[in-house]
Amino acid sequence: MTVAAIEPGKRFVRTRHVARKERQQSVAKWIFFSMTVAMIIPLVAIVAYLLWKAAPSLNWQFLVDVPKRGMREGGIWPAFTGTLYLVVISLAVSAPIGVLAAIYLNEYAKDNWLNRLINLAVINLAGVPSIVHALFGLGAFVYAAKLGYSILSASLTLAIMTLPVIIASTREALASVPMSFREACWNVGATRWQTIRSIVLPNSISGILTGVILQVSRAAGETAPIMFTGAVFFKAVEKGKLFSYGLDDQCMALSMHLYTVSTQVPNVKESIPFATAVVLLGTVLLVNVSAIGLRVWLRNRKKW
Amino acid sequence: MSEMHHIAISTRALDLWYGSFQALRNINVSIKDGIITSLIGPSGCGKTTLLRCFNRVNERYGNVRTSGTIELLGKNIYDPDISLIELRKSVGMVFQRPNPLPISVYENVVFGLRIHATDGKPHRDELDAAVEKSLTEVGLWKDLKDRLHDRAVGLQLEQQQKLCIARLLPLKPEIILMDEPCSALDVEGTRGIEELMFALKGRYTIVIVTHNMAQARRASDECIFMLLGELIEHTRTGDLFLNPKNPKTAEYIEGRYG
Ligand SMILES: Nc1ncnc2c1ncn2[C@@H]1O[C@H](COP(=O)(O)OP(=O)(O)OP(=O)(O)O)[C@@H](O)[C@H]1O
Ligand SMILES: [Mg+2]
Repeated sequence: MTVAAIEPGKRFVRTRHVARKERQQSVAKWIFFSMTVAMIIPLVAIVAYLLWKAAPSLNWQFLVDVPKRGMREGGIWPAFTGTLYLVVISLAVSAPIGVLAAIYLNEYAKDNWLNRLINLAVINLAGVPSIVHALFGLGAFVYAAKLGYSILSASLTLAIMTLPVIIASTREALASVPMSFREACWNVGATRWQTIRSIVLPNSISGILTGVILQVSRAAGETAPIMFTGAVFFKAVEKGKLFSYGLDDQCMALSMHLYTVSTQVPNVKESIPFATAVVLLGTVLLVNVSAIGLRVWLRNRKKW
Repeated sequence: MSEMHHIAISTRALDLWYGSFQALRNINVSIKDGIITSLIGPSGCGKTTLLRCFNRVNERYGNVRTSGTIELLGKNIYDPDISLIELRKSVGMVFQRPNPLPISVYENVVFGLRIHATDGKPHRDELDAAVEKSLTEVGLWKDLKDRLHDRAVGLQLEQQQKLCIARLLPLKPEIILMDEPCSALDVEGTRGIEELMFALKGRYTIVIVTHNMAQARRASDECIFMLLGELIEHTRTGDLFLNPKNPKTAEYIEGRYG
């Protein structure tokens, strides 16, 4: 068709076909937007409802006091410190092992059948339900290793549960460092370790931390693994004392306490379960916020 | 014997497999010291693979098996007493996409010195001197001397590529391998790198892979043509382009393989 064949006035006008495409595009945009909103609304609603219901019990005293009158009154201090114990110990075990294993798998391991098998195992372990980890922990730590029902058994069970996910997320963070950075290092004679230390880790540390931190909420929130291995409904500890447990003690935990006060004990003051949930949520949130802070700090510290 | 002295890289019966795929077949080549040798051939013929053999960095890329010998400056690099670290110090590589490390210009240049420092931290003056010398050598000192602590990945591509070359120099390499160093650059950048190659020639043995026939003609003294993992022809560049001995070479330089 020659240039003269089209009238200038008819150039670039919207045909029916184009109009339909534009309509589809705007429908698609609205669908995606409304899904985003649909996701946020329940989140906000839950938090608001929790806070509103919990309000009568939300005070410092509630946090540092011990439960009283068969958990119908008082606070949640033993459960709060118990959860801190479990989370800190389990991550102190699983984070180093997981991160180091991921570094090995991603940076050193050759692509052979053994490593492919390990990979497959890691991926599948990450998907195992927590109740299965609980049974494993019961058999392995409580009975076989003779650690008994204790904080140690429960923490190790949580560590086993979080380990595969930490490995997977760390590998992802490492894999996101461009291959060309590694090549640059290798070709000036850097060893693998020097490459990892000077280039790979600094460029993936925030991703690695994110993966580890996400496991804090998981470790803090799970009930089954600790119920089988070391958490109890009630344990008397000193009010407000931080290191109130020994490693071979059984402990209370927020997730378990929440379950107890909401389903197992009659006539509990209504605001207590909600306030427990708020404390659990707040703890996780606090950890996440400090993790974000740490990441920002690490990123700024990187000297260009 | 005096002839031997002028050979920087020589391979004998070099075969290389990626898993079960043979990427190099019986390569026998002698690359002369102090000149620029270009490596041409269609995509996938094994140019990068051959280049990576020369500092044994192939071994970092998964399932690689080699047989045959490679001698660099008279030493077999598969000898048991070879240190890969020392080898790669002497044989640097420049890549298709400039790959400065995500650190400052200054730190990029001294990166090698830092990782090879033997006793404690290298002295600040020593590093400063190395940076000035290397950047001067690649012609970046004037432009960058006030921006030494800027991020290297923010430079123009040509500067980045020159920086990648400068990064090798403090380690006093003897051989510089370049894998299509200009393919990400524009005409100006390409000229800049070629001029730099001429400036470095003599002090360093340079092997450059290129897809750009004109560049091979312009910039190299000798030229190697490869096809499907085999070395087809290796002579002076002028001869290879003017009267190739092998009909396959002729077909390639006339553009029949794409
Ligand atoms: N890490 C690897 N694993 C398996 N096969 C590989 C690997 N690297 C390269 N190959 C294969 O070896 C052959 C030669 O590859 P090479 O990269 O050396 O070619 P090239 O001549 O550099 O090609 P190009 O001009 O496209 O860069 C190709 O068929 C390629 O698919
Ligand atoms: Mg290549």
